[in-house]
Amino acid sequence: MSDLKTVGVIGAGSFGTALANLIAENYDVLVYARRVEAIDNINIKRENANQPMHERVRATGDIKEVCETCTLMFPTIPSAYFREVLLQMVPYLRPDHILIHGTKGFHINVSEEEKEEDIKELGRDSIYTMSELIRRETNVIRVGCISGPNLASELSQHKPAGAVIASHFDEVIRLGRNALKSHRFQVYGSKDLTGVELAGSLKNIIALASGSISALELGENARALLITKSLGEVIRIGRVLGGDVKTFLGLAGIGDIIATSSSTSSRNFSVGYRMAKGETLQQILDTSDEVAEGINTVEIIKLLADHYRVRVPIISTIYYTLFKGVPASEGLRQLMKYPFDVDVDFID
Amino acid sequence: MQQPVTNDPKEHKGSLPPIIPDIEQWPIYKLSTKRYEFIQDIINSTNAQLLKSFPTTEALLDELARTVYQERIRLTEKAWKADPEDEKEYWDELKKRLVRISGITGDPKRQEEEAKEMLNSMISHYTNEIIGNFDPSIYEFASRALPFGFSRLLRSNLGIKFKEKLSQQFSTHNRFIYEGDLETIRELAKSHTVIIVPTHITNLDSMVIGWAIHEMGLPAFIYGAGLNLFGIRILAYFIERLGAYKVDRRKKHPIYLETLKEYSTQALHDGVHSLFFPGGTRSRSGEIEKRLKLGLLGTAVDAQYLNYVKAEKEGNPESAKKIIVVPVTISYHFVLEAPGLIDEHLKATGKEQYLVENDRFSTSFKMLSFIWKFFTKSSKIYLSYAPCMDLFGNQVTPDGKSIDKRGEEIDIKNYFLSGGELKEDQQRNGEYVKLLGDVIVKKFHDYNVVFSSHMVSYVAFAMLKKRFRRHDLYDILRLPKEDRVIPYADFSAAVERVRDRIYELEKEGKIITPRHFHENGLDDLIQHGLDNVGLYHNASTLMRNKDGDITSEDLKLLLFYHNRLEGYQLAQYV
Repeated sequence: MSDLKTVGVIGAGSFGTALANLIAENYDVLVYARRVEAIDNINIKRENANQPMHERVRATGDIKEVCETCTLMFPTIPSAYFREVLLQMVPYLRPDHILIHGTKGFHINVSEEEKEEDIKELGRDSIYTMSELIRRETNVIRVGCISGPNLASELSQHKPAGAVIASHFDEVIRLGRNALKSHRFQVYGSKDLTGVELAGSLKNIIALASGSISALELGENARALLITKSLGEVIRIGRVLGGDVKTFLGLAGIGDIIATSSSTSSRNFSVGYRMAKGETLQQILDTSDEVAEGINTVEIIKLLADHYRVRVPIISTIYYTLFKGVPASEGLRQLMKYPFDVDVDFID
Repeated sequence: MQQPVTNDPKEHKGSLPPIIPDIEQWPIYKLSTKRYEFIQDIINSTNAQLLKSFPTTEALLDELARTVYQERIRLTEKAWKADPEDEKEYWDELKKRLVRISGITGDPKRQEEEAKEMLNSMISHYTNEIIGNFDPSIYEFASRALPFGFSRLLRSNLGIKFKEKLSQQFSTHNRFIYEGDLETIRELAKSHTVIIVPTHITNLDSMVIGWAIHEMGLPAFIYGAGLNLFGIRILAYFIERLGAYKVDRRKKHPIYLETLKEYSTQALHDGVHSLFFPGGTRSRSGEIEKRLKLGLLGTAVDAQYLNYVKAEKEGNPESAKKIIVVPVTISYHFVLEAPGLIDEHLKATGKEQYLVENDRFSTSFKMLSFIWKFFTKSSKIYLSYAPCMDLFGNQVTPDGKSIDKRGEEIDIKNYFLSGGELKEDQQRNGEYVKLLGDVIVKKFHDYNVVFSSHMVSYVAFAMLKKRFRRHDLYDILRLPKEDRVIPYADFSAAVERVRDRIYELEKEGKIITPRHFHENGLDDLIQHGLDNVGLYHNASTLMRNKDGDITSEDLKLLLFYHNRLEGYQLAQYV
């Protein structure tokens, strides 16, 4: 019988590892990792993703064991592999399982044939947030999401931080909070699950843009201009996709943007930085060990914005820079010429 | 996905045999024999729920005062014939009692006790008002007398049909046509609790579905009937004894609503099959319900939880009865009240104003003439049953097993577990109900039998909207006669595109086409639609003019019938 003495973490990336250490202050933690190396790091070396492991954390490669031991689990798998791992869990997942994911990206639901063709536009039906994917693929209903300014490196140094857990279920928020809260970690609750998922994913785009500003040494005025304006774009598209504006102004939105837009330890920031320094997307991908969700998100959001006719000049510019070989400096020059007028147009 | 046909299509003359021949074994009868005990259960559980909501004496007294105030207003402003004669005295008396209780100072214990007693008395008052009075002899009488009347009205030998199949010949004299797996419903109704949730567009729906339940051989269901209907004595006499309980939509305060909910929860928990119209009232716009009233559906989730608790207490967790949900989409070519409904819809659009429940059938004569017109004038009626599912949208097999989306058996008790144990969580149940509402809405659409009349109305109105895309809806409804004409060639081309799209949707399991779609070529199908759409309204809803082009004498009615196909994203094919 599963109980709440042990909490599961699915994925042993840097965020999963940080989360496991946080939860270990309240419960025993069982981490599922695919790579034997990560399992050994946690169980034997007691250090994973540059973070020392809390003594209550144990790792396994047996997904069944995790599902059967834990009713509460935190999947932290990159969106590109999320479904694959989920499908392995499916046979062991029941309606009393609770999944609170920490993945800031989307799943595209298009057929293999459609993928072969050049997708021009995407509707809301064609993308799933991770909670939507969980609901679709499994019998789990009690889903939630954790998001906020949580740079793994800082969490591992025991620096104070906070996050928001979103779910339609009070129970999920309550249990998630019980698992994570400590003297160094605050947990807020939200009912706007979609909004929190969108805010977390969309902010990666802003981190990319901000990285480029740093690389081009355009200064803090330019960064503030770009961040604020791209936040407007993110909110406009986020509303179309079903998020609440208020959510974007909280920890999962602005909170996360502030942390990632000025931090070189953010993966998305680094991608934007290297891109502006002239590296191609392929070169960046070839030399990164962890996934920068922002790259996929930029493409998805560009296609969605085209479908819903939402004006997103900054996101489009990033898209052309990443995927169409337009130099970042040229993109930014174009942006400065763009006829913006109203400053804040996303709040009535 | 649509349920594959599991039965041989065969035609039964008359009704299907009753699944439980002995009325005294029906859940509804068993409940009526322990009426006193049942009333006490409702009162106790309502009390418990309300005391949770109003935990202090002060909060409780406030709520009692609000209720007494609202009830006295109702009696002066919205009195109905169905209200008991001594109601005014009852509430006047309670008002005096409330003043006295509020005046008790210095003895909080006594004040608390008296406030609780007053709450108890109000709950008891409401319970006795709501509860029905099933009478097997009246039921037997009605089920023998009605078929006679019905078959006269329908001029046919009533037949019942299983899932219609293309290959199957079918006699045109049948007025009611059943689509769906009736055998599974019958099987499940033997050992589980069935809730039928139909779409609602006319006052005759309750009679149609009530009749269908009888024809399917199911024991009587309880159903909520508007208190206003009880103003007609003869009608009141019968419906109360056929399983109806009273619902008073004027009463919106928590004490009444909680009592009503507890009534439904306890009845379901006791295994009594139940019929709800989850849309609340008739669809004014003619659309299939998009949003449901979740209150009564919520009682199903609560009852399912109680079933598990009870089974566990009895040491036999496997014995818990399952609550089975069966959405039914009822389709008509002709809705008698359409002109009134669409008017009310247009008046209310954009204003969200409260629609006063009108007392349209205040006399027996009006009611009877309505029924007469309906059954003499109406053409075929389809009742399309979605596959049986549990409260979480999992399909249920005839032996009561829930099957998840991957085809694996799933134990739905798990939905109520926290940390491995059954745990009551009202907020969680509330979320489950929302999800259930979404599933029911989807099933209503997926199992909707589209009629030729709906399709031609849809295309005609959508073409006008497209032609006058700069006009708002109200301008279009006022279009002069000459602007309403659609050249036949354009019209038939658009119908063809929409029809083909409907066939695609059907392949995806998102709609159902009836036989007349496949029997007719395009022109005949259009003619079939024109011949049937709102046939007996005074003005012609849709017709061909002397040049053979398409036009309408009443655009509001056209809008009403058009709306039936809203929600299928068909506009782009027009």
